[in-house]
Amino acid sequence: MADLTTNFAGIRSPNPFWLASAPPTNCGEQIMRAFDAGWGGAVWKTIGEPIVNVSSRYSSVDWSGQRMMGFNNIELISDRPIEVNLREIVEVKKRYPQHAVIASLMVESKREAWHEIVKRAEGAGADGLELNFGCPHGMSERGMGSAVGQVPEYAQMITEWVKEAAHTPVLVKLTPNITDIRTVARAAKRAGADGLSAINTINSITAIDLDSFEPRPNVDGKSSHGGYCGPAVKPIALNMVQQVNCDTQDGPPLPMSGIGGVGTWQDAVEFMLLGCGTVQVCTAAMHFGYRIVEDMIDGLANWMDEKGFATLDEFRGLSLPRVTEWQHLNLNYKIVAQINEALCIGCELCHIACWDGAHQCIHVDRVSGPVDGHVEMHAKPHTYGAETIAVTRIPKLDPPKPHTGPYKTPLERIPRVDETECVGCNLCSLVCPVDRCITMVERPTGLPPESWAERSRGAECAPPTAALKR
Amino acid sequence: MLNASGTNKLEEKFPDLHPAFDSRQATVEAHRCLNCFDAPCMGACPTHIDVPRFIKKISSGNVTGSARAILEANVLGASCSRVCPVEVLCEGACVMHGRGEKAIEIGRLQRFAMESYYDGGGTIPLRNRAEQRQRIACIGAGPASLACAAELRQQGFGVTIFDRRALPGGLNTYGVAEYKLRPSDSLREVEMVRGLGVSFVEQEIDAAALDAMERDFDAVFLGVGLGEMNRLKVEGATKRVVDALKFIASYKTGSITRAPERVVVVGAGNTAIDAACAAKRLGAETSTIVYRRRQEHMSAFAFEYDHALHEGVGFLWETAPAAVREIDGVVELGCVKVTTGPDGGLRELPDSRFTIECDLVIPAIGQSPLLELVEQVRGVTIDRGHVLIDRATGQTSNPRYFAGGDCVNGGREVVDAVADGKRAALGIAAMLGERTEARIG
Repeated sequence: MADLTTNFAGIRSPNPFWLASAPPTNCGEQIMRAFDAGWGGAVWKTIGEPIVNVSSRYSSVDWSGQRMMGFNNIELISDRPIEVNLREIVEVKKRYPQHAVIASLMVESKREAWHEIVKRAEGAGADGLELNFGCPHGMSERGMGSAVGQVPEYAQMITEWVKEAAHTPVLVKLTPNITDIRTVARAAKRAGADGLSAINTINSITAIDLDSFEPRPNVDGKSSHGGYCGPAVKPIALNMVQQVNCDTQDGPPLPMSGIGGVGTWQDAVEFMLLGCGTVQVCTAAMHFGYRIVEDMIDGLANWMDEKGFATLDEFRGLSLPRVTEWQHLNLNYKIVAQINEALCIGCELCHIACWDGAHQCIHVDRVSGPVDGHVEMHAKPHTYGAETIAVTRIPKLDPPKPHTGPYKTPLERIPRVDETECVGCNLCSLVCPVDRCITMVERPTGLPPESWAERSRGAECAPPTAALKR
Repeated sequence: MLNASGTNKLEEKFPDLHPAFDSRQATVEAHRCLNCFDAPCMGACPTHIDVPRFIKKISSGNVTGSARAILEANVLGASCSRVCPVEVLCEGACVMHGRGEKAIEIGRLQRFAMESYYDGGGTIPLRNRAEQRQRIACIGAGPASLACAAELRQQGFGVTIFDRRALPGGLNTYGVAEYKLRPSDSLREVEMVRGLGVSFVEQEIDAAALDAMERDFDAVFLGVGLGEMNRLKVEGATKRVVDALKFIASYKTGSITRAPERVVVVGAGNTAIDAACAAKRLGAETSTIVYRRRQEHMSAFAFEYDHALHEGVGFLWETAPAAVREIDGVVELGCVKVTTGPDGGLRELPDSRFTIECDLVIPAIGQSPLLELVEQVRGVTIDRGHVLIDRATGQTSNPRYFAGGDCVNGGREVVDAVADGKRAALGIAAMLGERTEARIG
């Protein structure tokens, strides 16, 4: 059985699944229930001078009949008194000494204020501190949250203040609302932070009500940009996490707690393959409750057993060397689409996607005769008019329609790939609704690997970065 | 006229066979649609409704656009959504079957779009048109004529529909099982067509009327459907033998509200199933279908057979009715067991005669062609009881006469009649257009 125990920058937890600082970690009672459900750690909803929230606070983006593909909030940090939160931390740590309790902190940008809150949080028994430099709404207007996280110098200064007072590991939570997330990660590194967490939420306006013209979430007829999260943001988060985890400027990368659209064990594994030590979850728990962690633990352990990984460290970061710059990709690698006729259901989505959105190499011509090579002109797509005769077939009266071809789908509906024109873009295999029906197969070019960087070396068209350095 | 109180009770006995989608269900189902290119469902529909297009519009919340996309292809999109045998049409062609999944519920989605649209006060959008001088008469007010008239009216022609019955709509009003389509649904659709400017006249058409029609109209569309139902040989007089279409029309119009205890339906087509199921719902203790051949030979669709079993209808296979008589208020249906030989012919089994006692016999053994009318039309060729037409234009052998629907195809679905009617309208418009051009030229 795989060992899921985690030591993240010195913070130990029974597994790498932490609840992110958010509504699911608002109070001790919740966090204790979360630990009962199986969560390994919890980052307490940001503690600071209590604020007043608005109603409403959340909105979401549904997609294709599914709820909450993306989620947005304009809720601020904890609205509970600091002493209440701290008292509950004491209680939780007393009852759950093995679980990680991290205090997320945000106070005004004064050295004394930070020293004070660090001492109090650690005094309550927090296993670590997370500095909230990411909250993109409300708090940033008061000079806190992402207002700090967007200026490397501020982030460095405050992290240094915290490190002056802290005895537990200090994590800096990064905002994605910045041109290059690495600049703040480096600042944290310079200030001596013990770890990072990324990403916080992304500035967003999720929806406008088409009847009232009010953006959502609606607060008495108006709204404000909120923080976007949920499944929709995972690809953005993975990219940012990878950028930071590969960055060696100002020292080796810090331990990273991955955040952004994690809802399943598979999501978690992806973050870990890109170097994360733990993951933090919010939206999925807000959608389905704490119980989702059961499958996250079970699925991760099963996957590790299957792959032969005994500990999390054995696979952490395995995909990092496989992310590179475009200029280092092999130009002589060629794949083409291959359609499995026996699996094809004849929806022809690959055909129209290739035709309108790619390189016009998937034809519906198995019966009408082959169209090969580059297509210059094309007649309008086939359509039906009133003059096309079709009748309701009555089994007793009408002979069955003749079936063309050896496959379950009539041959005239199974598209065909013209490999001479296929550029291997993947689009058809992405739109195909049948698993494993369209696969991309390698067609060896017989040429040695060669990247653009290699091919353009010494060429007149040099990359602009090189020109700038000169 | 429809009996208002009877109609209410009828609704209780005949609730919707396929309940309507609510908005949320429709959206979820619409999102399942793969939005195929050159979709097979569209090809399978006789009226070629652009199914992915109207479904996409449901998923985007554009129900108005969805209904209009349906109406563009099929002006009776509302009734078709309820009565079409979708299992053998659009849904039968759905690629989801290839994935081992349930077909998209196209019929229910179409019904959702059409009913939301009409309930919200929507009407058939008028095309920009110039009024034409020519006038066309449509005989019969069923689906074929309604579709023909609507298309011609949209092209600016004057159209009058003649029917001998009090209410227009043909079998949509009088002949479809109540749990599929109610008269009020049919009549609402008729009103939509009337709203385009089509006139309706209640009139029996005879030779003299035809003469007048040829004088007053530039073209005539025959959408007369079929004639009387075929009769069962009955010994003596009885009121306990009622053909299926009469039986269905009677309960739908409220002239009967309940069925007697024991009902026997002769025949195993879709109409027989409708009648047998209706008898059950109207209170019959037993409703039994008697059929000469075996299950695999019946002309009813497989899903109709399943439905009948579900309703508790009994089946007597390989049983041929021989004689019917009424004795003291009880009907005796004399039957004989038969078997189908290798040549397809029926062979009587020796000593197999028996009698079924019941209270009502409903023959549903097909409709005979309405020959007495069409035969009066000079120059219109009849082939084995069907009006012969050019399939592409609907034109008969008399160039001023066009035809479509059951009188041409011998009795198929509403959607086939709609396709025929629209095709004939295009044929008529093309002919009249050519004639106008010739005159101007």
